Amino acid sequence: MIVELGHFAVILAFCVAVVQMTLPMIGAQRRDGALMALAGPAATAQFLLIAVAFGALTYAFVTDDFSLRLVVNNSNTLQPMLYKVAGVWGNHEGSLLLWVLDLSFFGACAHWFGGNLPAALKARVLAVQAAIGVAFLAFMLLTSNPFWRLDSPPMNGQDMNPLLQDPGLAFHPPFLYLGYVGLSMAFSFAVAALIEGRVDAAWGRWVRPWTLLAWVFLTIGIAMGSWWAYYELGWGGFWFWDPVENASFMPWLIATALLHSAIVVEKREALKAWTILLAILAFGFSLIGTFIVRSGVITSVHSFANDPERGVFILLILAVFMGGALTLFAARAGALEAKGVFAMVSRESALVANNLLLTVAAFVVFVGTIWPLVAEIVMGRALSVGAPFFDAAFTPFMAALAVILPIGAVMPWKRADLAKSARAFRAAAVLAVALGLLIYAVQTGRSALGPVGVMLAVWVVLGAGLDLLNCTGRGDFSTRTARLRRLPRGDWGKAVAHGGFGILIFGVAAMSTWVTEDIRVVQKGGSYDLGPYQVQLVAVTEVQGPNYTARRAEMRVTRGGAQIATMYPEKRAYPVAGMATTEAAIRQSVAGDLYLVIGDPQDGGGWAVRSYIKPFADWLWGGALLMALGGMLSLSDRRYRIAAAATRRRRMAVAAE
Amino acid sequence: MRWVFVAWLLMAGPVFAVLPAEMLPDPVMEARARAISQELRCLVCRNESIDDSDAGLAHDLRVLLRERLLAGDTDAAAVAFIVDRYGEFVLLRPTTAGGNLLLWLAGPLMVLGGGVVAVAMVRRRSRDAEAEALSVEDQARLAELLQK
Repeated sequence: MIVELGHFAVILAFCVAVVQMTLPMIGAQRRDGALMALAGPAATAQFLLIAVAFGALTYAFVTDDFSLRLVVNNSNTLQPMLYKVAGVWGNHEGSLLLWVLDLSFFGACAHWFGGNLPAALKARVLAVQAAIGVAFLAFMLLTSNPFWRLDSPPMNGQDMNPLLQDPGLAFHPPFLYLGYVGLSMAFSFAVAALIEGRVDAAWGRWVRPWTLLAWVFLTIGIAMGSWWAYYELGWGGFWFWDPVENASFMPWLIATALLHSAIVVEKREALKAWTILLAILAFGFSLIGTFIVRSGVITSVHSFANDPERGVFILLILAVFMGGALTLFAARAGALEAKGVFAMVSRESALVANNLLLTVAAFVVFVGTIWPLVAEIVMGRALSVGAPFFDAAFTPFMAALAVILPIGAVMPWKRADLAKSARAFRAAAVLAVALGLLIYAVQTGRSALGPVGVMLAVWVVLGAGLDLLNCTGRGDFSTRTARLRRLPRGDWGKAVAHGGFGILIFGVAAMSTWVTEDIRVVQKGGSYDLGPYQVQLVAVTEVQGPNYTARRAEMRVTRGGAQIATMYPEKRAYPVAGMATTEAAIRQSVAGDLYLVIGDPQDGGGWAVRSYIKPFADWLWGGALLMALGGMLSLSDRRYRIAAAATRRRRMAVAAE
Repeated sequence: MRWVFVAWLLMAGPVFAVLPAEMLPDPVMEARARAISQELRCLVCRNESIDDSDAGLAHDLRVLLRERLLAGDTDAAAVAFIVDRYGEFVLLRPTTAGGNLLLWLAGPLMVLGGGVVAVAMVRRRSRDAEAEALSVEDQARLAELLQK
């Protein structure tokens, strides 16, 4: 019964979304206040209805309702509760429900927190947001209904994919989706602004927090996915340039560009058309990502041809929204007059360079991701585009970005003096290059990646620090430290996010360059050297988990005779799903991770063992988290709220007259 | 539950990507093999190199590659040997031959094109900025005021 209620709620939400899509838009065109005012309550209702549906599906998973096809395919009575709940979105249909839940949530937020929006803009934004909702709700109801019942329910379910039964991955999709879908707000604002034909500083101020919020979620989601790959896949890789990863990375890159160009719109009323285009593209890449992941088109053209229904539907959604928005853009972009003028050397042009590099980087990832498809269709060649291509074609743009970042970040608006802006950075540049050269000299291999990475990282981190210091103005040490504490959160957010980017560069470079790897057969009781450590395989036992059995090794790690740790790598077998997973044992520290994996028994006795020392591994995710933290700091900046309050006061004053 | 575990052990096959038994005794030779195998795709996997994959085919390819290296092939010859048999699908780093040139040049071309457009745009803006800047008389007046 509850499941039927959920199903019904989805259908109702679809109807509400149709109303929300049409009437407020007509109202905005005709200046009809009553029709416009419909948008807000409709957005709230749509969100509540989808929340009910989501709750119903969660209930079905939690209570093991095996009359539901989705529950049978993705759950099992033995599965721990955490993964029963995670199973709700750990599959195509459920993840789609989460998608529309987030979509309606953002729409409702625009209503709840959008009190200071002009009525017509708000009505149009919510109508566009509802149009996206209509498309995806229809997609769900017509091709991927999560509430499908079975005639004869089985006694038990088939278990969720064991690789996904992991705390890191359980919460990875919700964050990622909040990010993907959050970008729909920027899209709706962009389309609404195009319909109105007006983009001004206020528009920039409304769009920025939403984009920032989406960007923070996307950053955390991607970092979680990468962290999961690192410890779950058993050999410590953190990024594979898999189409599915690229699908989340492209919107992130475009959103990062959008974040920066929206600042120019807000502060200087320039780059308007470009910012609108980025807002459209950011969500476009979210949709492309959804298409890539959900249709399976990239994995194999043939799997797409076998089950084209879903893929064609998403492609249709993509075509309608991107085609429509871009056509609107082509028709209206010329009408967006730019106000702010700026010189060749200025903060504005530095941000243009930032945008160029980020967009091209996203474009390279895009071309690389779809190239196998293009090659097969156009040239009739079956080929692969893998990590070596992306490493070579993508990395230079990020390096260039890191080079210009610190100076661009402190340049004054409108007109800057490059020599003057760079002066404060002379010491930082010398230090960065010196450290890079030093590392080049002492490292054993002759790889350039490590030293260059360290150089860029030091440069970016010092640059972020100098940026903060720069904000404190002149004066003696104590006044400046006092000012440092009182700096707006936005300044802190900027420095923290930029510093995080530098630290991430360091983590990637260090982990890729100076990894120590050891693969060998170890007898029970035997030990071996790993870098400065000695590792002993003490015992291998069999362990029973809730829905798996595991082979667990006990490995004692010593250094110079002193025991450091006892580690327990596992290899798990999930009998219901018929799959195995490796659970690496990882000992984390600031200087690097010790990473042990136990394999199969060997013919001549003993066990295959894989061990790694991953230097500075945690800096990578630390850097990513710092970037997200920087975003949150900026979001909490009082200036966003003061601006909002100021507009409200102004409107109230007008109303009082 | 024990029998399930044992049965699974029997059917699971190799778990690791590179197995100890596969590795060449000569570390230099082995390092070459590792470097090459990171650029070769496991044909039955999803976007995994034979170095990372634990599929049976990846194992066979790793052994084949090492055999070629032991037989005295250069890196390029060993890769060519495998491409001859499995097609260019096996290459994770696509060649620059034919239309693929476009793939490799996509980034540089776009940065050039975008750069030209951006510079033209900024120049147009900065000309406006100059028009907005102070005239000589205004600057003289400003200097005068500042001195007071």
